[in-house]
Amino acid sequence: MSDIERYSFDVVVIGAGGAGLRAAIAAREAGKTVAVMSKSLFGKAHTVMAEGGIAASMANVNKNDGWSVHFRDTMRGGKFLNQYRMAELHAKEAPERVWELETYGALFDRTPDGKISQRNFGGHEYPRLAHVGDRTGLEMIRTLQQKIVQLQQKDKKELGDYEAGIRVFAECSVTEIFMHGEGDDRRAAGVLAYWRPSGAFVAIDAPAVVIATGGIGKSFKVTSNSWEYTGDGHAMAMIVGGALINMEFVQFHPTGMVWPPSVKGLLVTESVRGDGGVLTNSEGRRFMFDYIPDVFKAQYAKTEEEADRWYTDPDNNKRPPELLPRDEVARAINSEVKAGRGSPHGGVFLDVSKRLPADVIKAKLPSMWHQFKELADVDITLEPMEVGPTCHYVMGGVEVDADTQELIGVKGVYAAGEAGGGLHGSNRLGGNSLSDLLVFGRRAGIYAAEYVSDAKNAGKATPLTDAEIAAASAWALEPFDASRDENPFTIQAELQMIMNDLVGIIRDGDEMRDALAKIDALKPRIARAKASGGREYNPGWHLALDLPKQILVSECIARAALTREESRGGHTRNDFAKMDPEWRKVNLVCSLKDGKLDVQKKALPSIPKELIELFDPVELSKYMTTEELNAVGMA
Amino acid sequence: MSYMAKFRLWRGPDGTGALKDYDVEVLEGEVVLDVIHRIQAEQDTDLAVRWNCKAGKCGSCSVEVNGRPRLMCMTRMNTFDETETITVTPLRAFPVIRDLVTDVSFNYEKAREVPAFKGPEGLKPGEYRMQQVDVERSQEFRKCIECFLCTNTCHAVRDHEENKKVFAGPRVLMRVTELDMHPLDTEDRQKLAQDELGLGYCNITKCCTEVCPEHIKITDNALIPLKERVADVKYDPIRWLGSKIRVRGQE
Repeated sequence: MSDIERYSFDVVVIGAGGAGLRAAIAAREAGKTVAVMSKSLFGKAHTVMAEGGIAASMANVNKNDGWSVHFRDTMRGGKFLNQYRMAELHAKEAPERVWELETYGALFDRTPDGKISQRNFGGHEYPRLAHVGDRTGLEMIRTLQQKIVQLQQKDKKELGDYEAGIRVFAECSVTEIFMHGEGDDRRAAGVLAYWRPSGAFVAIDAPAVVIATGGIGKSFKVTSNSWEYTGDGHAMAMIVGGALINMEFVQFHPTGMVWPPSVKGLLVTESVRGDGGVLTNSEGRRFMFDYIPDVFKAQYAKTEEEADRWYTDPDNNKRPPELLPRDEVARAINSEVKAGRGSPHGGVFLDVSKRLPADVIKAKLPSMWHQFKELADVDITLEPMEVGPTCHYVMGGVEVDADTQELIGVKGVYAAGEAGGGLHGSNRLGGNSLSDLLVFGRRAGIYAAEYVSDAKNAGKATPLTDAEIAAASAWALEPFDASRDENPFTIQAELQMIMNDLVGIIRDGDEMRDALAKIDALKPRIARAKASGGREYNPGWHLALDLPKQILVSECIARAALTREESRGGHTRNDFAKMDPEWRKVNLVCSLKDGKLDVQKKALPSIPKELIELFDPVELSKYMTTEELNAVGMA
Repeated sequence: MSYMAKFRLWRGPDGTGALKDYDVEVLEGEVVLDVIHRIQAEQDTDLAVRWNCKAGKCGSCSVEVNGRPRLMCMTRMNTFDETETITVTPLRAFPVIRDLVTDVSFNYEKAREVPAFKGPEGLKPGEYRMQQVDVERSQEFRKCIECFLCTNTCHAVRDHEENKKVFAGPRVLMRVTELDMHPLDTEDRQKLAQDELGLGYCNITKCCTEVCPEHIKITDNALIPLKERVADVKYDPIRWLGSKIRVRGQE
């Protein structure tokens, strides 16, 4: 095993985005040594793409905001399928997590009295998103990156080595999480990874592993997600015995670019609408007024006049329907285009040019201005953008304990951020992702560190064996076998078409059965995915290793979507168009049984009285059955 | 709407290698990165290329296109003549790993030498107060996506490998200015910028500013002001006198 680098850390964090870095900071501050595994260079993770802001009820702009309002908005946005405890912790802890970023050096936009400015966003009752123009994700990843460097500088001073406490393995992809022990004693033991530049393997002993690998968006053709989003962590969680929940819920962001073709899917931030932008169809009509669903009628304006007054007087007017939760807006755009009222390139118009002066647009939406100018020759201060839905986020994720983020039934393995499941229910509100990363990244780091102390005391930190490392590395080299003959890029493109066309924004039972058959047909081809050339920086090889994981999570999405016979949030079916209160009571749980995908219903925990009382009984009656309401005395 | 383009790509590991020619289809509205991906998917699946967001936000896909340092994702094909051969080579100032991918770890090592943000004692989280006009100066520099095109272009590094020991490059020096202009930072890094990070090697030719995809005015707004601040301290006659008196007193 001389050609395999060996290391030993207390905690291995897989993923170097917002959740992974926040987990690493928390674990290091708890005194543990941490390895951060990053598929890309340090500071390039997908968090950098987030634009709008971090949702946190700091009440800097509207004093009526507070955690309970944020909790309520999050549950509403998720159509009450959220794990209530996660939604509660998230709403309560988000403000502290944002303020903490300032102590790391973050520079948010300010209010006139010098506090962190907050902006409006879809589904949020008050201006709630801490932001830096429309590049909040960049600010967040850079701030966390620089905090890691600060901790490394401290370790250098005290221990003589920058990497004594935290080492970032940049461009080093994890292929497998190792488990030791049997039955109740079964627990995490470490990971195998390969350096992308050299192709050399790295085996790391670690009693705790945090999965912070982001999402699955590369399973769809039209997506705002980068190459990294192949569902690695989702799949590895299942392989070590964990489960995924809510995989049928995929968020199609309503506004992606639609033209030119090469940028189709590229994100257009919701801040455009939060700051006053309106959606119109080819007839010039603000069509969102036609799409306000019953459950939201009480919170949204009925006329353009009232909607426009809201921007300056939010206390006495209702919000514009352009700011409905993302699932509603995406479906509305889809319907307009299908009805023949779309824009020339198959989207609708998003116009901020007639709503704000050019200098304000450039100050508030600098990267949108830049993006359209440089990639589409469109000046958004003068003319409307063309936009349409794009795959953006998966609500589904690893089933975890709400407080500790430990996988249900798998000791020593944690999941946080987009890879974790439950917080967002059937639909995520904009801005709730960055706060999710901070709140639950930190929790995963703290509880992983705590677990490591216990595991070490109990003698449960056992080193990896040569045999298991040899088996895992041999598997990772299989794509180089001479018998392999399939181009991995071709297979991935086919998978993306299947998911896009048959398990996309509007779904149908027959189409999803067709998708599952096609996915099955791809599996033997993935087993023949071939790597040409050598091991040094070989993207074809890397993709061949990602594909088995990517197809597993794609199958989870299709299977869960076929099973859930209703429409809710990020799951819309032609053949079951209504939301069904019976289905609100259950999550669909995907796991592996003898290597085969198994989908089971599992009852959601019931929401305790003090939280359910935050809602109006009339509103609850739109989501819950009479028995449920009786049970909590809210009928 | 499509046409066949001629591409010439650098292929090979560790600085050994050669240019290889490709004929490849180009579709309407595409950028260089789309075309590189098509070559990878259809002709050479082991073509090494680094990229992430394909939206000009992550700064991963830095290369040189016809000798100009560029992000591949923001270089549109319609800026070239259809008959032109487009040559894509790795960043010149950094060691080549393979094909179009370079080892940029130099920048991360230098960044680690800059002491991190140090907030004021006694201010708890949530108590920070700053005015927009004051944060805007540093915010300009925080737009940096760490593509390292600036440092790649700076002739103090590009043409002088030996300077890498003593000169950190524009990206890292801009970080010093960013912290120096942070309204609440309490650490002094000016001496470090001059003595350890090689601020003096910058002779303000503005090449870095010219290639910045974020249009940050690196030279005018970051490097020149930092030079002025350092000079203020170094050549202030009263401080100079004070330092002499103190030195004599200690002797």
